[in-house]
Amino acid sequence: MALLRIEALRKSFGANEVLCGIDLDVQRGERIAILGASGSGKSTLLRCINFMEMPSAGRILFDGEAVGREERGAMRYREAELMRLRTRIGMIFQQFNLFPHMTAVQNVMEGPLSVLGLKRSLAEARAMEYLAKVGLTEKARDYPSRLSGGQQQRVAIARALAMEPEMLLFDEPTSSLDPELVGEVLDAILGLSREGRTMLLVTHELGFAYHVATRVLFLHGGRILEQGTPDAVLKHPREERTRAFIGRHSTFAF
Amino acid sequence: MMDYEFDFAEILLNSDLLLRGVRLTVALWAIAFGTALVAGLFLGIARGSPRALLNWPATAYIEVFRNTPVLIQLVWFYYAFPVLTGLQTSPFLAASLGLCLNSSAYCAEIYRGGLQSITAGQWEAGRALGMSYWTLMRRIILPQAIRRMVPAFTNRGVELAKMTSIASVITVHELMQEARTLATQSFLPLETFTIVAVIYFVLIYPGTLVASVIERRLHAKGGQ
Repeated sequence: MALLRIEALRKSFGANEVLCGIDLDVQRGERIAILGASGSGKSTLLRCINFMEMPSAGRILFDGEAVGREERGAMRYREAELMRLRTRIGMIFQQFNLFPHMTAVQNVMEGPLSVLGLKRSLAEARAMEYLAKVGLTEKARDYPSRLSGGQQQRVAIARALAMEPEMLLFDEPTSSLDPELVGEVLDAILGLSREGRTMLLVTHELGFAYHVATRVLFLHGGRILEQGTPDAVLKHPREERTRAFIGRHSTFAF
Repeated sequence: MMDYEFDFAEILLNSDLLLRGVRLTVALWAIAFGTALVAGLFLGIARGSPRALLNWPATAYIEVFRNTPVLIQLVWFYYAFPVLTGLQTSPFLAASLGLCLNSSAYCAEIYRGGLQSITAGQWEAGRALGMSYWTLMRRIILPQAIRRMVPAFTNRGVELAKMTSIASVITVHELMQEARTLATQSFLPLETFTIVAVIYFVLIYPGTLVASVIERRLHAKGGQ
């Protein structure tokens, strides 16, 4: 059974339809890179999975259970249900979005503490464990303002991990980083991929996608235009648009 | 003018009268500010809400209280409250109520502005962790917003402390009212009001000092 199933997902902002019918099954352990030009709907797709954006139509099933229920032709979602779902899906943002009034370790323990209801000592121990995993034990007591962008993003990854989610969503995790800081974040993500975690990754780093993903999706105009193994999509794209997109990324080297 | 001889001793002999006034002034201030800090939060949230059912009444309330003189508000409550409810109100109750309602409106605007200054990314990060609206508000949004609101709340507190003197017009025996009584009895209005001004200053100034210490502490921590 798929961990995540997306059925006929549509999302419009006003008159602008960003997702025009997405169907997708994600198995446990899959690492899916989502590629596409800006405006192709890749971030929106990711954000619909944990309901940061409300789908306009379609259905999402997580771990075999449909999220929300249909009422008079429209989906209704209860906030409590969405909150529970979000504890099981971690998200990493382009802008990190760390809590600036908390130290690194406080950021990481906040979810376990105030959402999962762990005791403070347990939450802190867990936070330290995940900070160690992203190599930031030394920075545990620093506030985000004192950390580099790469370090902030690694704290954000640890914060998502501390909820021990079943799936991770990465929304362009390196796009707002200086080039010399991209590597440390990609390394952290690579480490997670080796643990067999289920992840969806929106990225412009084609080389990284090639190495880390088990499947690559290419989105165009709110639809999945092409998908397959990294080798198939990135090296032997069938669609003209995919070829053009890859061609535009001159830095791409396998 | 140079012939005038200040006679402060006469006033100081009656300092117990003024001290009684100070107690009521402080009580009015504490009640109104305390209420406003709590009620203002909910009003401010409602004011910033996209839902018309919350936004509209909150906006109406805030604008009415911000755009009419507080003097009229107090007098109006003093006379209207018994008419509306059938209950006799003491001047102190009417003054407290008026100042509470007025200050809540101002504090609501401070909260609204402070809350709006927090970026959408903070909300998203909290929601993505599975936080409820109120958990997010309490743990993430308010602690950041309140730092930015401290100067505005300080101003509000100072304004309110001075505003309590208006309660004298509905015969609340706070500092200003006692001063008037004393000035009339002693025929020494100049001395009386000089001393009263000093008392207000001594009451209020330490408050602003405390507020600036809090502000500096909050900035040192996290230093955004």
